[in-house]
Amino acid sequence: MSLLDVKNLNVDLLTAMGPARAVRNLEISLERGETLGIVGESGCGKSITALALMGLLPDNATTEGQILLSNEDLLKKPEKELCTIRGNRMAMIFQEPMTSLNPVHTIGRQVMEPLRLHRKLSKSAAYEEALQLLDRVGIPNPKERINNYPHQLSGGQRQRVMIALALSCSPDILIADEPTTALDVTIQDQILELIQTLVSEEGMALILISHDLGVIAENTQKVIVMYGGTVVESGSTEQIFGELTHPYTQGLFAAMPKLGMGRRERLTTIPGTVPDLINLPPGCTFTDRCPLMTSQCGGTIPPVSNLGTHHKVSCHNIEQAIKARTGGLYQ
Amino acid sequence: MSKTVLEVTDLVRHYPLPKERLFSKPRFVYALNGVSFKIEEGKSFGIVGESGCGKSTLARNVMALEPTDSGSVKILGEEVVGKSFGELRPLRQNFQMVFQDPFGSLDPHHSVGRIVAEPLAALAPLSSDEKKERVADVLKSVGLKETDIGKYPHEFSGGQRQRIAIARALITRPALIVADEPVSALDVSVQAQVLNLLRDLQDQYGVTYMFISHDLAVVEYLCDEVAVMYLGAIVEKGRTEDLFASPAHPYTRILLDAVPKPAAGMKRDRIRLSGNVTGQTEKRKGCSFQDRCPMAKEKCRNETPELKKMSPDHFAACHFSKDLMSL
Ligand SMILES: Nc1ncnc2c1ncn2[C@@H]1O[C@H](COP(=O)(O)OP(=O)(O)OP(=O)(O)O)[C@@H](O)[C@H]1O
Ligand SMILES: Nc1ncnc2c1ncn2[C@@H]1O[C@H](COP(=O)(O)OP(=O)(O)OP(=O)(O)O)[C@@H](O)[C@H]1O
Ligand SMILES: [Mg+2]
Ligand SMILES: [Mg+2]
Repeated sequence: MSLLDVKNLNVDLLTAMGPARAVRNLEISLERGETLGIVGESGCGKSITALALMGLLPDNATTEGQILLSNEDLLKKPEKELCTIRGNRMAMIFQEPMTSLNPVHTIGRQVMEPLRLHRKLSKSAAYEEALQLLDRVGIPNPKERINNYPHQLSGGQRQRVMIALALSCSPDILIADEPTTALDVTIQDQILELIQTLVSEEGMALILISHDLGVIAENTQKVIVMYGGTVVESGSTEQIFGELTHPYTQGLFAAMPKLGMGRRERLTTIPGTVPDLINLPPGCTFTDRCPLMTSQCGGTIPPVSNLGTHHKVSCHNIEQAIKARTGGLYQ
Repeated sequence: MSKTVLEVTDLVRHYPLPKERLFSKPRFVYALNGVSFKIEEGKSFGIVGESGCGKSTLARNVMALEPTDSGSVKILGEEVVGKSFGELRPLRQNFQMVFQDPFGSLDPHHSVGRIVAEPLAALAPLSSDEKKERVADVLKSVGLKETDIGKYPHEFSGGQRQRIAIARALITRPALIVADEPVSALDVSVQAQVLNLLRDLQDQYGVTYMFISHDLAVVEYLCDEVAVMYLGAIVEKGRTEDLFASPAHPYTRILLDAVPKPAAGMKRDRIRLSGNVTGQTEKRKGCSFQDRCPMAKEKCRNETPELKKMSPDHFAACHFSKDLMSL
């Protein structure tokens, strides 16, 4: 039994134009102390996946499938129980700190609240603990800053308050949605190190969502690559980074600015935009942007090929994709 | 001789902290302590630095969005510090900002079409057809669809919202765009599109950018010049190539070293910053980086280093720049 087992998860979001299929047939399994990265294009369903796991989807969402936390299906639990689970077993660092911090309360109050509620600390103990947490995430002079309101902090400081909040309940699973996007590299380093310590010392499991492939490479053991709401490639981090295979994964890597590349060249892009989730093609969602596209791609769901022990790729033209690895698909 | 679009001189901004007791001495966050730089027309000026070092504060003050304590900001030769809201209004079409927090800066009750068209209001009146066309054009150029016009911000993902914010800044074709972490919420493929777009706009219209980012690879790609900030002051400044090839301030060197690399696999060895983030609530003697600097010496504790010329366009504020560069 895994700590977390997600089986065939589907999430639809009802919109004025019809249901948007934000997540389709998603499978995840995660053991204690394991780290999983999710990468993919903006709008591909990463945050919706995270919110589904936390039971925090917007009202217009419907879900199908199973989310098993220690064999109990979270999708069947009443809100009250989910609330306890969120306080004690699962925590999330949200992508947008300003919308998830309450603007009218001081950060101290917001960090102390869960400590008092879930860990039943006294007021003074919660205060001490809050100071310590703020210090651990690198807020300078926490004693003075604890009385600040969110708008008085810089973007990265708010993000660090969010991180302190998520870590306050020592969760079994931490879902971090772009936790370090607003942070410079040195503080990013410090925060990721703190998260890694919790993984190795307390067996916390981690789901790390990031578009920074460097961050994913250095901090996860497994990776899934999502596109248009589905997983197009998954495997161990070494496999994915060593043998980029799906045409989308190859594009993702080609597009990354690399230090030392200078200013003369243009960045490679994947032409086109993400598919409209309301009118998805029945087959592969990457079809209309794929340089390897053939006639069967849009109509039928691509087969899953096993390239290694756990390395799976969903592509109709897997042979050509493997050949293209050395070439440069996007020139 | 090219034209100077933005000239910032000795900009200072200190935020008062909430008082612990009624009669205790007022305390401040020293967010900006005298920052000066210049950007020529059609150039991109990058600003990098630690989280909390004052980058957004600098942007807000350049944009005249909050009162400045002292110093001067000239945009196209015109002073903006101390001007009233009304006096600034006609100037605003010349300088637009993309904010760091894409959700907070988009009004949730307005449709995307309306949000993006908003800066047009300050221009000469346009017919509604013209307006529609401009909106559709600009949305397309940031990779959004025409059908997105009627949607509301909450219907978009984080990265999509950022593109809406960029579209809004681009629509008046301003001379200066101040962009605060404009691409950090974007995944790499959209980021590549947006960066190429920013560069194309610069080639076509000669837009000038003040570009804040913590991603050094992005800065290297886009910017002609870079300034590195630490605790409210510029500690190194120069042409991007020079600064990246031979950093003259230890903080820059450490930043460059800390960039995670996809090829490297799990954690590699590198120089790390020792010590904690220094507070900004006290004024202190000596170099602002002394507590965390691996090469700090006695002199650093006593004398504040000035920005010194290393080579014609390369400045650094460190007593031991020469030693560092010859390492
Ligand atoms: N409340 C909503 N109603 C309708 N559609 C939504 C809603 N929230 C998100 N979406 C859509 O669902 C899709 C997936 O969004 P999600 O936030 O999961 O993207 P993401 O992968 O996290 O992207 P990013 O990297 O930009 O944060 C997007 O296309 C988005 O437009
Ligand atoms: N309204 C305010 N009141 C008090 N302090 C403030 C206020 N706004 C910003 N500060 C403080 O000023 C300092 C500089 O903040 P600023 O937002 O400019 O940082 P930044 O360099 O943009 O950081 P980041 O990379 O995290 O966005 C921070 O220590 C911040 O807490
Ligand atoms: Mg997201
Ligand atoms: Mg900022």
